[in-house]
Amino acid sequence: MSIQQISVFLENRAGQLADITAVLAQHNIDMRAIHIAETSDYGVLRIIVDRPQKAASALLEHGFVLSMTPVLAVVVPDEPGALAKVLAILAREQIDVEYMYSVFGRVNERACMIFRVGDIERLSAVLTAAGIAPVPGEALGIHAE
Amino acid sequence: MERYYQPEIECASREQILAWQNERLVKQVKHVWDNVPYYRKKMEEKGVAPEDIRSVDDLHKLPFLTKDDLREAYPYGLLAKPLKDCVRIQSTSGTTGKRVVAFYTQHDIDLWDDCCARAIVAAGGTNEDVCHVCYGYGLFTGGPGLNGGSHKVGCLTLPMSSGNTDRQLQFMVDLGSTILCCTPSYAAYLAESIHERGLRDKIKLKAGIFGAEAWSEEMRRDIEQKLGITAYDIYGLTEISGPGVSFECSAQTGMHINEDHFIAEIIDPVTGEVLPEGSKGELVFTSITKEAFPLLRYRTRDICVLSREACPCGRTHVKMSKPMGRSDDMLIIKGVNVFPSQIETVLLEQGFTANYQILVDRVNNSDTLEVQVEMTPEMFSDQLSQVADREKQVVAALKSMLGIYAKVRLVAPKSIQRSEGKAVRVIDKRKI
Repeated sequence: MSIQQISVFLENRAGQLADITAVLAQHNIDMRAIHIAETSDYGVLRIIVDRPQKAASALLEHGFVLSMTPVLAVVVPDEPGALAKVLAILAREQIDVEYMYSVFGRVNERACMIFRVGDIERLSAVLTAAGIAPVPGEALGIHAE
Repeated sequence: MERYYQPEIECASREQILAWQNERLVKQVKHVWDNVPYYRKKMEEKGVAPEDIRSVDDLHKLPFLTKDDLREAYPYGLLAKPLKDCVRIQSTSGTTGKRVVAFYTQHDIDLWDDCCARAIVAAGGTNEDVCHVCYGYGLFTGGPGLNGGSHKVGCLTLPMSSGNTDRQLQFMVDLGSTILCCTPSYAAYLAESIHERGLRDKIKLKAGIFGAEAWSEEMRRDIEQKLGITAYDIYGLTEISGPGVSFECSAQTGMHINEDHFIAEIIDPVTGEVLPEGSKGELVFTSITKEAFPLLRYRTRDICVLSREACPCGRTHVKMSKPMGRSDDMLIIKGVNVFPSQIETVLLEQGFTANYQILVDRVNNSDTLEVQVEMTPEMFSDQLSQVADREKQVVAALKSMLGIYAKVRLVAPKSIQRSEGKAVRVIDKRKI
């Protein structure tokens, strides 16, 4: 059920993000979610795209350092308290969230969150048991390659 | 059992070695004073006369010679014998400027060959061996040096010279080469080729004598494992004779300097002061037996440490560590001597590549050191905290190696400029 996130090393220097997005544009890659974590010197760009393999190859070709990271996409009603409910379940089950971020727009008429955890199988099982089944990549417009 | 080419010399007592050195040094200084006006002038300028040099203890009174002197005196300025007595010229590769030439009498060649023979025997060589020499033959000392040593030992000598890997491998297989002499990088290349062609079972190599360039302990183990041999280091320089100035024994913990021919000192590269035993500094050689080209106190620019600890091999001559860097490259940061090679060692150990750059600056009257290193797929993680942890490990390893703090800056791959020749490793922005 996991989907592939592309994590790219970002040197903290003008033009780095422009370069990456230009490569994606060139290959007609659509970004579904984007998240940046940074220190003063460097950062990690995390993206969900419609064609992960193609995007990764294109970025590698242009010399970027990247890794593919399995993450879980979870949809919740787009209303106050919905995310809190999900996180309460995770807290109860003592599942550490490494990081999370949201997907652009709506998925299945609902809000969609990306979760990165240590044990993705367990998170998937816990959420499914609670009636909040993670969604497959297709729901986010990710093509099977 | 350890074997020696000249046991009475290689295992002589400290007192005996010193007695040789004292006697030969005094004689050599006189020889140079009488025959080399260039050096005599230097001595006069320093107010030193041959009578002032009565033993090795007086060595520090003599002026240094540097590569610049050799260039200035090119070609005959440091020659101490009439050309009719000389039989050979060798030359440095000339990568760092004008060529330097060195002259040899037949006696000089004999002694040089002895030094290389000691190295070959230390690597287990006997007259039963087939010694495959693929150092270059010609002006470069590598080929001629090991070739001469191999003859002295009585090995069947294969003067392959460098290049033509197909032929190297064919001869190695057909003629059963047992000792390989070449640069470590060529050894690694041959090892790779042997592996790829599935020739490992067809070769009979047992030892390798590799020198003329810097190589790491990791590279040694890799070559040893791939070829199924023991790899020995050898050191030398054309100015002093060639390969065989020092060589490794079975202990593989440093190279024995042939002290009956060369007196080694370690000096502070900045002040020129002789440093106490065991200190890290620039290696200086005085050749005490060379006739045609006898250099006194020649600064090698190589940074290393000497050790007189008893060696399990039984040899008594002082050991030098693998050169850790070049004094030309040395930086003084916060009063501490820093060599780019030390930084490179740490980066490689920590899983980064050798694509790095060192930035030195002075902020508020205090030196700053920044090491920029390119990110690699192995070091990267989608989790910032893991990348930060790796960065901290490098900072700690650098601190432990250098003794000072270095800021580490992870940069994008291929963002550090590559150059055609020698990489520009250091940018020193300090205005002192």
